[in-house]
Amino acid sequence: MSADRRVQPAEASPRSPGHSRSPGEPVLEIADLSVVYRTAAGDVRAVNQVSLDLWAGEVVGLVGESGSGKSTLAYGACRLLRAPALITGGTVRYHGPRMMCPVDILELTPSQLTNLRWREIAIVFQSAMNALNPVLNVRDQMLDVIHAHLPVSRDEAMDKVSSLLDLVRIPRSRLRSYPHELSGGMRQRVMIAMALATEPQIVIMDEPTTALDVVVQRDILAQIAELRERLGFSILFITHDLSLLLEFADRIAVMYAGRLLEIATAVDIHHQAAHPYTMGLLNSFPSLHGPRRDLAGIPGSPPDLLNPPPGCPFMPRCGYSRPACAEVDMSLTSVTSSTDPSHLTACPFVLPGASLPAGTESLAMSVPEPGAEGVAP
Amino acid sequence: MTDVDGAGVQPSADVISAAADRGPLAMEAMSVSKDFKIGRHNRLHAARDVSFNLYRSAVVALVGESGSGKTTVARLLAGQERLTAGTIRLDGKPVDVSSRGAFRRYKSEVQLVFQDPFASLNPVHTVSHHLERPVRLHQGKKSKEQVRAEVIALLEQVRLIPARQFLGKYPHELSGGQRQRVSFARALAARPSVLLADEPVSMLDVSIRLEMLALLDDLRQRLKLALLYITHDIASARYFADEILVMYAGQIVERGPAEDLTQHPAHPYTQLLVASAPDPDDLGGMLRNGSRPAAQRTEGGAPATVGCPFSPRCPFADDRCRQENPALARVSSIRAAACWHLDIAAPDVLARSQGGGAQNTP
Repeated sequence: MSADRRVQPAEASPRSPGHSRSPGEPVLEIADLSVVYRTAAGDVRAVNQVSLDLWAGEVVGLVGESGSGKSTLAYGACRLLRAPALITGGTVRYHGPRMMCPVDILELTPSQLTNLRWREIAIVFQSAMNALNPVLNVRDQMLDVIHAHLPVSRDEAMDKVSSLLDLVRIPRSRLRSYPHELSGGMRQRVMIAMALATEPQIVIMDEPTTALDVVVQRDILAQIAELRERLGFSILFITHDLSLLLEFADRIAVMYAGRLLEIATAVDIHHQAAHPYTMGLLNSFPSLHGPRRDLAGIPGSPPDLLNPPPGCPFMPRCGYSRPACAEVDMSLTSVTSSTDPSHLTACPFVLPGASLPAGTESLAMSVPEPGAEGVAP
Repeated sequence: MTDVDGAGVQPSADVISAAADRGPLAMEAMSVSKDFKIGRHNRLHAARDVSFNLYRSAVVALVGESGSGKTTVARLLAGQERLTAGTIRLDGKPVDVSSRGAFRRYKSEVQLVFQDPFASLNPVHTVSHHLERPVRLHQGKKSKEQVRAEVIALLEQVRLIPARQFLGKYPHELSGGQRQRVSFARALAARPSVLLADEPVSMLDVSIRLEMLALLDDLRQRLKLALLYITHDIASARYFADEILVMYAGQIVERGPAEDLTQHPAHPYTQLLVASAPDPDDLGGMLRNGSRPAAQRTEGGAPATVGCPFSPRCPFADDRCRQENPALARVSSIRAAACWHLDIAAPDVLARSQGGGAQNTP
């Protein structure tokens, strides 16, 4: 282990489940991170001054529609973005238990970054079919990862591969299978096993179950929850499916048009969502359980991030909007009516439980306003 | 066995579709089957003995996991795939797609909307090009002005307003929701009576899905479309459809009125499907150990080729299930399920149907 490493992997030690960190400090602190995509027409502000903490052993759900910047935020924090993406500001402070002192990921040299990635922060990508190498069998791909990141012998690595497959309940007979021979669920499980190969502190999961059937999805999520319980890593779970997060995540961060609009515990998001967009999302998915309710949805489409409107980006679609919304500075403040000071919202006007203004339509009754979706720029 | 056949098993055709009272019968699939050859000796039964009816102004949902044969059924109904066995009737007449002209006439009645609006529109053609062709082909409009007026009317119908602004746009200039609206407009250009929508909203963002379903619902009412809504999301089918058909391994394993079926599923597979859907009211449920539902058996793997296809994953399976494939049998006047063990799997559903006779949706 060379002396210049700031990221020092301690010898693999069995971690106590969940809470090996001192409770006073988050493992990952993203502060005011901004990412733009440089285009000929100007900068597309994909992530705009977003701050997000991740504590040890916690599942934070990052929810938003496509183009909201949720993946850009996560990849930006790991410096996985390539040009034309450019990080224009902010810090990403990582402090894992194996580290002497906290580091700012944005300041690391390439070799330090290599030591940090996968060893400390691993990623499960969305499309397992594309993320796995089609010409290598499961065993060889996993050996690759282990040899690249851990100083172990070939035999030890082989043992590790086998135990990892046991961990995600894939029979060892599948070791020599190629990705195309596995079902979608199995591929995703291989991805998860690979992410866990180096005992990372943080696992970023980018829509890991989106392409799967609900039955398989539930099975994999239950398995992820169980592994987290056992190994104690933190999860940043990116998805567009809020209903899933309500059940799965400890805390939920809602992103829209590159901004963080609300962050709170899953319980608070479910029962006292404070931001109108969150309320809209909650009212967008049909529920299978419980009584039928009127669904409202969110008419309209997100703003053009090339020329974001001033103030709140959700204003044009918001049922509660008022002229002052154009001057909102989008900083997160505590929800005044909430007992939990960590329940933050970017909307200074609307309180949880505010009744939906008149004119919202439901699926059964009527259809959106003509032209509600607007014209593409 | 003292199961449903004690009460007299009747063919599923005797079940009255929950969609029937919305409008007249439009399309009938009668014991439709489709096999695909795999290699020289093997056959995949993509659809087996599938029967159901579509009615004008009504929505029938076909729900199942990927590979269950939903899309195959849609393609069969659309006349794009040759039947291995069975009959499809449109307005009481057997479907004939043997010649080009017959196929085209059929297409002007039955249209298909695909899942992926990014793939189903040609990137090098404008919106108006996509719509002008079907208008000319199916409506016989000749003059440029007539065609243009019709295209604009179509765009307004799917609420792409102001329509003139969309005429010259290319697919890449449109959002996902707008693209899917163009797909709808293209299907409607033929003035069909039957619309087969294959996962029409699953590629779209959650916040837009509802709008699209509301649009489909509106079109169904105004144009009296008979709608087949194919989806893997049984929760949306609950809200959107009149009747739900649950498919597994090419067979319909359960059918019934949307609300009744989702709230009181009878077939073990439907039960698994319903239990697996995210339940926001079960906060943190997935994190608690031991709270996993009957979904334990997903590892059971591929559907069985002999006996009940669900038997490898079914908690109620016994020797009979592994040897004989149960037919879709009547549970009540409006519900049917294909299971040997409904008495154990869904005693509540059986009791309700025997006690109350034909129950209505709550």
